[in-house]
Amino acid sequence: MTTKTWQKPLLAILLALAIVFPMVAANDYYIYVMSLAYIMAIAAVGLNLILGYTGQLNLAHAGFMAIGAYTVGILTVDYGVPYWAAFVLAGLLSAIIGFFAGLLSLRLKGHFFSIFTLCVGFMIYLIIEKWDGLTHGTVGIIDIPAPAGIGPIRFDNTWSQYYLVLFFLVLSLWLMSRIVHSLLGRAFVAIRNGEDLAETLGINLMRTKVLAFVLSTFYAGLAGALYAGFVRFIGPAMALESHTFDMIAFILVGGIGTLFGPLLGAILLTWLTQSLQFLQDYRMIVFGPLLILLVMYFPQGLIGYWRQRQVRRAAASEKDRRLQRSALSSRQEVQTNA
Amino acid sequence: MLEAHGLTKCFGGLTAVRDVTTSFEKNRINAIIGPNGAGKTTFFNLVSGYHKPTSGRIVFDGQDVTGLRPDQVAKLGVARTFQSTNLFDQATVLDNLIVGHRLRTTSTFWDVVFNTRRLREDEHRCRAKAEEVLDFVGLSSVAHHLAADISQEERKRVAFALALATDPKIVLLDEPAGGVNPEETLGLAELIRKMIRKGLTVCLIEHKMDMIMSLADKIVVLDHGEMIAEGTPAEIRSNQRVIEAYLGADYAAA
Repeated sequence: MTTKTWQKPLLAILLALAIVFPMVAANDYYIYVMSLAYIMAIAAVGLNLILGYTGQLNLAHAGFMAIGAYTVGILTVDYGVPYWAAFVLAGLLSAIIGFFAGLLSLRLKGHFFSIFTLCVGFMIYLIIEKWDGLTHGTVGIIDIPAPAGIGPIRFDNTWSQYYLVLFFLVLSLWLMSRIVHSLLGRAFVAIRNGEDLAETLGINLMRTKVLAFVLSTFYAGLAGALYAGFVRFIGPAMALESHTFDMIAFILVGGIGTLFGPLLGAILLTWLTQSLQFLQDYRMIVFGPLLILLVMYFPQGLIGYWRQRQVRRAAASEKDRRLQRSALSSRQEVQTNA
Repeated sequence: MLEAHGLTKCFGGLTAVRDVTTSFEKNRINAIIGPNGAGKTTFFNLVSGYHKPTSGRIVFDGQDVTGLRPDQVAKLGVARTFQSTNLFDQATVLDNLIVGHRLRTTSTFWDVVFNTRRLREDEHRCRAKAEEVLDFVGLSSVAHHLAADISQEERKRVAFALALATDPKIVLLDEPAGGVNPEETLGLAELIRKMIRKGLTVCLIEHKMDMIMSLADKIVVLDHGEMIAEGTPAEIRSNQRVIEAYLGADYAAA
């Protein structure tokens, strides 16, 4: 109960910090890195829905982000479609392809599902790399236009793009918060806890899992569309499973199955990567042990650990109160008896 | 209430349940007993829709439910518990129970996006139901504890509560007293009687014979997939085939 009362002020402070960040950042490069972290966070928030809440490890997530990015890249560069129209189509197309991929792959369970989606992801990569005529093949797509201005607001510099990305991040988290705190979110969690039990509770497994899959690919598609408009160059490598594993790392560090876990992880790991840049590939020597320690001592991630402590403390204080009350009433009984 | 007609289930060359015909009466405690591997859990799996029978029919409340999916069977009013219940350990006990009433609600994804009144009413109803069943099983005091922090016996009660939250007509309990001590077993037996008083029908699988013999109105005995006897506890106790196959001399009626 106490967690709820200061949750809102905490969120307001975090949002204020995010808004102030560009003004205090030492240079534009920091703003650029932070924006990228936000974009990756949006994709990771989507992955967390199917992985963290529904318990299905989808390894094709980066592939769906690439579908979103390529939809924007191809439509704006080759067909002159306005950015925002392409942006909406990117989300829809990812979700539609996600629907069919989900329908097929979710017939498999557990590890088999993961292996199948690993293949789906690699197929997306191969199609992007080999289909020169549509996707520009290994060269990638360059000179993607920045998001078009809306009214008087233009998105032609790092600052304005930072706020644009922040806007979509807040929107993504808001929608995700609605989803995971609703009965629908509880149905997802029930499936993660045990598919048999969930079915016994009257949850239609296939329909519910496909819905989670489609929603997560929709997030991936929108993150990809933002990425295309922000970085303005895309290549087939973004569909590779190594990017999915990056997002999984964000989720594990921040807290699997928590709303803000993917965001915290994306920000922490992005800045850690930045600050270890001088080590080049040797930075994995630092990364690996850190991740192992984290999984050993904080298996629920940072936010998961924190939340668990909050609930335990609330339960303990409730118990204390009950004990005090019963002690008080028994003392009164003794007095009246005397 | 629940009838099986010539129910058979084969897994490859193995016949787990062979030509079982029996019925469970309304508002009674029915028990299925038998040695390990007799096909008891398979029988539950057939009734609740996890397995499709190789042949035979299942009739629930006058309706043929053969071949329905588990979620469809659940909506008709068949609830079940498992030998072990996976709870979401990081959430409170109450939070774990709220989803139990989801099948009686109608809100969809769009209700979630637009936060409609239907969704809020549905959530309110599910929460009220969760509190009600938690009170019924006597666990209101641990409602706000993490599921990870409750005892084995409390987990069993939460499993009961989860089944009850679906508003069932019949509850199938798979070894409800497995892994709890004798004193707690008595408590769980009392809870099962309380479910009957509330108008429910119970069907349970159990190995604790003292509990079954004092609790059940009707016992069905399975051995190697076949029903070798059915009847009242007294009849079962004096049945020679049952004594040979399962009970042993200890339980033979003197």
